[in-house]
Amino acid sequence: MEYVASKETIAKRIARIFKDGDVVNLGIGLPTLVGNYVPEGVTIVLQSENGFLGLGPAPAPGAEDPALVNAGGGFVTIQPGGAFFDSAMSFAIIRGGHVDATVLGVLEVDQQGNLANYKIPGKLVPGMGGAMDLTVGAKLVVAATEHFDKSGASKLLRTCKLPLTAANQVDFVCTDVGFFEVRNGTFVLKEYFKPYTVEYILEKTDADIVVDKDCREVEIS
Amino acid sequence: MVAKPIVTADEAVELIREGDTVMVGGFLGCGSPPGLIDALEKRGTRNLTLVCNDTAFHNFKTGVCTHVAKLVAKKQFRKIVVSHIGTNQETQRQMNEGETEVVLVPQGTLAERIRAAGAGLGGVLTPTGVGTEVQDGKQVVELDGRKYLLEKALPGDVALLRAKKADKAGNLIFDKAARNFNPLIAMACRTVIVEADEIVEIGRLDPEIVVTPSVLVHYLVRAKK
Repeated sequence: MEYVASKETIAKRIARIFKDGDVVNLGIGLPTLVGNYVPEGVTIVLQSENGFLGLGPAPAPGAEDPALVNAGGGFVTIQPGGAFFDSAMSFAIIRGGHVDATVLGVLEVDQQGNLANYKIPGKLVPGMGGAMDLTVGAKLVVAATEHFDKSGASKLLRTCKLPLTAANQVDFVCTDVGFFEVRNGTFVLKEYFKPYTVEYILEKTDADIVVDKDCREVEIS
Repeated sequence: MVAKPIVTADEAVELIREGDTVMVGGFLGCGSPPGLIDALEKRGTRNLTLVCNDTAFHNFKTGVCTHVAKLVAKKQFRKIVVSHIGTNQETQRQMNEGETEVVLVPQGTLAERIRAAGAGLGGVLTPTGVGTEVQDGKQVVELDGRKYLLEKALPGDVALLRAKKADKAGNLIFDKAARNFNPLIAMACRTVIVEADEIVEIGRLDPEIVVTPSVLVHYLVRAKK
């Protein structure tokens, strides 16, 4: 079976996690895509850690406002009912448990729920930004990642080797081959995505995986 | 209410001395005071410590260098305390080559340490960073079964803010997401300088909507249109 990386699959599946009214913070990059696939009938409130609630889509060309950007510096809009605040309030909202879920990108994630996504010593040191606060503060931490890196190595590991962004904070990992829960020091496979199989996932993933009793095949479309 | 001096950007940055800790508002430059940064670059004051959310943008390939990145490029900082440097290749280069000390602080911790300094607190207890490299060298306090890091207050010497509107007393409001760290650094520094897009008479700002109260502000600078 050939692996075909698909950010779209990951974003689509994660978008189904949310309940109507959830307050959600999406990381920059792949996690941002999740906002495009929230099912009809579900309204989520996006928190932007640079200081507002009610993050909306990119403005029409010509309507960009340099004072209205997301945490990646991209032009955005604010929804009716949104609110601006300073960085201390922003992180009080995050750390104080007022954010229902956060979706974050991954360099490595392990079966203990450890996440590494902010540093490759000597090579890439962007800094943690708001990621460490988000992982300890959000009620649900979802790690979003392609299942393999460019060299074909599993991004799901037994133990992270890189410096951690968060210790034991990840609740779910969604890749482009399946959906996993982190439970009692192991990955629990909840869903495998067509055309991949349980056998394929168990063989190719460099971590302990328990297959959930209700594990099922899901077609993400 | 007493009016605060309205000075030029060049006059304002004369208040910054070699070795000072300078806090600059802004998030990837959104909410940074452009005139004050340009004046500080022109004056060339060195050996400073920067406290800011990030060091804005510096891309070697495109040559784009914005906001506080201009001061980084001129090597005006001996130490940089920020949450993120991923958009500034020069900060990364200076860090990797040991030219400048870079301290990376989780964003919420940075905000709260600055706020604590301005609120008369010695520090804060935060769960952020427990079990990571951020914990190294810090006291861990366990309260009711949860672990917290003792993060010390972070005061500064001079704060450089950008506001949308100020009254002459120094009451401030900000512009959308350009608020970010500006109200916090106004609390934490002995000298607070605000570059405002508009300066109005005392009494023209509704007290209900003032974000930063005037007593925290010392000098006003008119932003160039």
